[in-house]
Amino acid sequence: MPTVSVQIENFDIGAALAAITAGRPRVGGVGSFVGLVRQEPSLISLTIEHYPGMTERSLHRIADTAMTRWDLIDVTLIHRVGTLLPGDPIVLVLAAATHRGEALAATEFLIDWLKTDAPFWKMEHLSCGDHWVEPRQTDETAKNRWG
Amino acid sequence: MRASAPAMLATVRVLYFAAAREKIGLAEEEIELPAGLRTLGALRSHLAVRHPVLGEPAVRGAVNQEFAGPDTVISAGDEIAFFPPTTGG
Repeated sequence: MPTVSVQIENFDIGAALAAITAGRPRVGGVGSFVGLVRQEPSLISLTIEHYPGMTERSLHRIADTAMTRWDLIDVTLIHRVGTLLPGDPIVLVLAAATHRGEALAATEFLIDWLKTDAPFWKMEHLSCGDHWVEPRQTDETAKNRWG
Repeated sequence: MRASAPAMLATVRVLYFAAAREKIGLAEEEIELPAGLRTLGALRSHLAVRHPVLGEPAVRGAVNQEFAGPDTVISAGDEIAFFPPTTGG
């Protein structure tokens, strides 16, 4: 049963890793991805907006899709919202499986899909003003390679 | 003509997010569905008269919290949303 969370507060990677492996001796590997606010020259902070309700529904859909495509034991998706500073963690993806191949492939799939199929929007607060982050074509390309 | 009771009005709740919300100047509104309007695409065209940002092809739509294309059938009581491409992760 995937764990999904949309939250303002930071996440504890160690606690999330412990939770996904606890009492599961069949877990042989956990793939992980942590996204951070990248430091850019004029970036002061980043505000992440989302669509409450649809966001959680989308994350569950993405996690369930990964669970059907790979032989996974469980998935964790945590995404922060609100205002974050350079260096702050934004997103955590964990995929637990018996073997590393499934865990790593599913992790990559999950972050690729999360970028295009979950309703989050980033606004950058720069020293010269605010602006909405534009989607990158490479994000769509990354998602589409999974078919 | 007598006013209908509020529960009888064929209305949908329309939500706007991110840059679309800012350009429109509203986070949400209640829209009475014009007679014969059946699809998300038709609602979008109807609203684009007042909110030109909805004419931008990149803007995406959702019906009842699911991504939805222009041919998706809508009905009274639905929760509709319009927003720019997502940039999470």
